[in-house]
Amino acid sequence: MIARRNRMIPALFILPSLLFLGIFIYIPLVQNFYNSFFDFSVFSPTKEYVGFSAFQQLLGDKVVMTALINNVKYAIISVIFQVAFALILATILEDKLFRRIAPMLRVIYFIPVMISISVIALLFNFIYNPQMGLLNSFLELVGLGNLAVPWLGNATTSIYAVIAMSQWQSIGFITMLFIVAIQKIPKELYEAANIDGAGKIRQFFSITIPQVKEALFVNMLITITGSMLVFNEPYILTNGGPGTSSMTLSVYMYQQGFFKDNMGYGSAVATLIFVVTAIFALIQIKVSGTGKDE
Amino acid sequence: MTKTTENIKSDVLTQDQKRTKERSAKSVKASRKTSLSTKVSKNMILLGLLLFAFVILYPLFWMVVSSLKSYDEIYNNVWGLPSVWHFENYATAWSMGISGYFINSLWVTLATIFLVVIIGSMAAFTLSRYKSRWIDVALIFTIGGIMMNPQVALIPLFEMLTWMDLINTHWALILTYVAYRLPLTIILIRAFFLSIPRELEESAIIDGCSEFGIYARIYLPLSVPIIVTTIVLTAYFAWNEFMFATVFIDSDMLKTIPSGLMNFRDALRTDWGVLLAGMVIATIPMVVLLIFLQRYLVRGLSEGSVKG
Repeated sequence: MIARRNRMIPALFILPSLLFLGIFIYIPLVQNFYNSFFDFSVFSPTKEYVGFSAFQQLLGDKVVMTALINNVKYAIISVIFQVAFALILATILEDKLFRRIAPMLRVIYFIPVMISISVIALLFNFIYNPQMGLLNSFLELVGLGNLAVPWLGNATTSIYAVIAMSQWQSIGFITMLFIVAIQKIPKELYEAANIDGAGKIRQFFSITIPQVKEALFVNMLITITGSMLVFNEPYILTNGGPGTSSMTLSVYMYQQGFFKDNMGYGSAVATLIFVVTAIFALIQIKVSGTGKDE
Repeated sequence: MTKTTENIKSDVLTQDQKRTKERSAKSVKASRKTSLSTKVSKNMILLGLLLFAFVILYPLFWMVVSSLKSYDEIYNNVWGLPSVWHFENYATAWSMGISGYFINSLWVTLATIFLVVIIGSMAAFTLSRYKSRWIDVALIFTIGGIMMNPQVALIPLFEMLTWMDLINTHWALILTYVAYRLPLTIILIRAFFLSIPRELEESAIIDGCSEFGIYARIYLPLSVPIIVTTIVLTAYFAWNEFMFATVFIDSDMLKTIPSGLMNFRDALRTDWGVLLAGMVIATIPMVVLLIFLQRYLVRGLSEGSVKG
């Protein structure tokens, strides 16, 4: 009796979560691959098999190229600001010199992370507004009025305006992750370095960076994966425009699927997104050892 | 997180000892020179830190101040304080739709939290207490869920939810949110469960405690910290999620705050003060969460290391 009960309970306990994961995560993934080979619209009852033609179209699609380049720009700029800059920021905040003000600054830097992306994007619509926007008003105030452009309405600046907003929102997040990693470094290392007369900069390169190597790598992967997936920011601020200048893969997938009603082609774009991000995610799981018994 | 005062004291002590050593070694003049230069660079860095804090805070401050202005003043007096404080903007925003979005968000968030905590902790219980080939497979299945992203599943989920007749209902959001929060939640709770000493449950079994009793009376009460972390992380995700909320919900009456704000903007056109008031209302719960539950939030975000 007891033995049977023991076998039933664990299965019953895990069943709901397996169902959730299976139905809402894994089946859609498989379904997406399947859909990539068909041509269909949102409410069409039938799907027409088209083989690899969506993928062929994908290869020759200039917009996909634009989107991919924008995603890569997003990734590179995010790595510079959210990984490199955030690590320096975290090191400074954890330095004894700033221990009084650091707790307050940490919370301040983290506030934008907590705010909904739609609030942030609406706020930046005001900041980038060509008539009354804070950014252009500020540039005029300091005598740089000639630099003022309609940031979101200009094909050369739109993607950078979107990326800049992301940096503003997310630096605090990665900084916090680095702070946690730095706090795990044994203090003796720094004390020994102090006695040896190593300066702060030397300590940063010889102690901090080697000690947070794993966090550095994981944060870099999170940032890159996030950049390859980015949807909300460009969707709300520019919807990929003007033209396709600030298009990203996810926005393009959404537009193809839900506006142009090419669900099949949208699925092919989604497959591309999956392949790109799965590689990074696999490395991340390997490196961070998530779920390992400790 | 924060250093204990004793730690800080001992840090200061060693620092002082070191300093006196240095002073005796070098000439007084030289040491004064270095301390002056570190002071200057300290202040420079401090200035940079404060400047960055200003860059973060000013737009938010502007949002709050402008939410109390009229359209004319937002347009013509970008930097100044309002000449008349339009507190009624908040009442207008609330009655013009934000209240509905707010309540929808509250319901979706609470339902998601409830299901994630129950289903997640139950799965974590099995995954931490039992060992077999099937359990290993289930664990990999769960961890693998982390690498799946909502963007890739968007079109199939839309089809599936339409087929289930759940599209344009709150369940479309709750069920998908639960699914995408489960992998991380299970991993966090499981890691915590693994640290609970086995002796506790052994004595409970001797006392005649059932398997369910061990879960409900021993594991859950002991895991309050990690469950609070889970609640905070899930609240943060469900309150702010945008893409599903936009695609799966069409009816304005059912929209949550992130997607509702977009409708709100389109409906208001030039009533910017009211729009900004709505944005502030949407923001308040999460900032309160940050201020009061910072510790739990940071812990979860760093242990999970997955962007929200």
